[in-house]
Amino acid sequence: MPVETKPAPQRRRLTVKPTLLGDRIFFGITTGTAYFSIVLVVLVLIFLMIRAWPAFQHEGIGFITGSKWDDSVQPMIMQIFPMLYGSILLAILGVILAVPMAIALAYLIEFLAPKPIARVVTLLVDLLAALPSVVIGLWGLFVFSPVAEGWAKLLNHYLGWLPLFANTSGNFSRSPFIAGWIVAVMIVPIITSVTREIFSQMDRDLINAAKALGGSMASTFTKVILPTASGGIVGGTLLGLGRALGETVAIFFVLNLSFDINWADLTEARGGSIASMILGKLGNASDYERSGLMAAGVVLFITTLLINFLAGYIVNRAQPWRK
Amino acid sequence: MTQLITPQAHLRSEDINVWFGERHVLSDVNLTFPENQVTALIGPSGCGKSTFIRTLNRMHELIPGAGLSGAVLLDGQDIYGDGVNPVDVRIKIGMVFQKPNPFPTMSIKENILSGLKLSGRKVTNADELVETSLRRASIWNEVKDRLNEPAISLSGGQQQRLCIARSLAMEPQVLLMDEPCSALDPGSTRRIEETIEEISESMTIVIVTHNMQQAQRVSQQTAFFLAEDGNPGTVVEFGATEDVFNRPIDPRTNDYVNGHFG
Repeated sequence: MPVETKPAPQRRRLTVKPTLLGDRIFFGITTGTAYFSIVLVVLVLIFLMIRAWPAFQHEGIGFITGSKWDDSVQPMIMQIFPMLYGSILLAILGVILAVPMAIALAYLIEFLAPKPIARVVTLLVDLLAALPSVVIGLWGLFVFSPVAEGWAKLLNHYLGWLPLFANTSGNFSRSPFIAGWIVAVMIVPIITSVTREIFSQMDRDLINAAKALGGSMASTFTKVILPTASGGIVGGTLLGLGRALGETVAIFFVLNLSFDINWADLTEARGGSIASMILGKLGNASDYERSGLMAAGVVLFITTLLINFLAGYIVNRAQPWRK
Repeated sequence: MTQLITPQAHLRSEDINVWFGERHVLSDVNLTFPENQVTALIGPSGCGKSTFIRTLNRMHELIPGAGLSGAVLLDGQDIYGDGVNPVDVRIKIGMVFQKPNPFPTMSIKENILSGLKLSGRKVTNADELVETSLRRASIWNEVKDRLNEPAISLSGGQQQRLCIARSLAMEPQVLLMDEPCSALDPGSTRRIEETIEEISESMTIVIVTHNMQQAQRVSQQTAFFLAEDGNPGTVVEFGATEDVFNRPIDPRTNDYVNGHFG
């Protein structure tokens, strides 16, 4: 007797794509827009790469590791390490100054302040984010710099034995210290708003549990609220860091750009910033120098992109209980 | 309303009234909680029993706009008295919440020790304290090999027993439980009821519950709360659990415990 085999079950066709005309149009528009943003980023990168190619080709890896920018020779030498390093130093300084401010603000808004005051503070912080970079730059130059110079002198006077605050030139203006503060002012809003969001989504029962176990305001904050929110705060901080790296005009006003690398003498009037350097040199650059500036843009672009990826990764990894 | 005459009042509420803003939600609650007994608070939703239990360890005042009159006496001392620190009150009077809420960033062991750290007390012989607390909440055997794993890796019922253990580690004199089993399956519920029976030998327990059978199984005395037609909630009947369920004095109690409303 032949063995009868049961035929394999036949799979049915399931509807996954929209069928209604209206849905199809909506689907088309949303996917189109989504893909367009990706295409745009890639196109920008390609454009920059093409324009930057001559500089990359000529300088090689020295473009990002070397420290010399000289247009008195032919062809000119273009190496941006002090600018790249300066950008990162400023971003880190800005984050160190901004994170405590942002956490304090978010805590005030979410947990301490009565509703009307919380609303006003939120509005003010958001307004800070809306201020044009150039306005903050002018304020930094005319109002803030003289004040911050005083702080720098004070730090140098009392903590000058620390390499960080040593100052041999006696010139305290246009230093990374001042520019770091300006960066901090510009990234406080984004970090505050992310942190506030994380705080507001926190399970109030966790806070109640901490209080019911005899937690004080301070211990509840440091032992329960902060650890639970840390992943989100790190994410917000890295978003701020990304923004800090690209900060251009405001820093241009308050920082003295120098290819004589400044590792950590925060109060000396020498610093670096890729974005500000591009702004400063683009106006009267030769074609070849222009390609060098484009190359600097590529480096900045990739650095920022890496930081954003890192942000996404850390936020996902740091909060396993959210899954 | 009947008053239960008890030999020793461990915890007592005297004329407790509660407001949220202008809204009067609880009126003249006088209850006595004798030492090492379990008191069940029952009543339909919105009758103020959860609000009341929060007045017993000053968690109530953390809600913006909350108001209160009356007194809560622990061993004769008003916990709302001048110069009494709410933090000290909460150390003596522990609380377990409706939804299990272990700290997600901490391991099982760290959760047990969290109260000591939060209240800034020194942790001596931590391992011993962790084991005793987990044993008293009868969860030790299930977690003894994974003390350093995250607390949220436990099941819901285990998390709730961990939360009980976390409160017990503070060695409170009174334990307040706000519907501790409402989010749990019958098996976990039974185990928590066994735990309540065991720990009530050494501490006073107040439990809010919507489960009539649970109230009858675990408690020695029961208070029935009711809020009628927009009036603030109040205690309609208070007495020995057996009397409240089998020989209620007030007809409204009779209706409620027999499932006619609520």
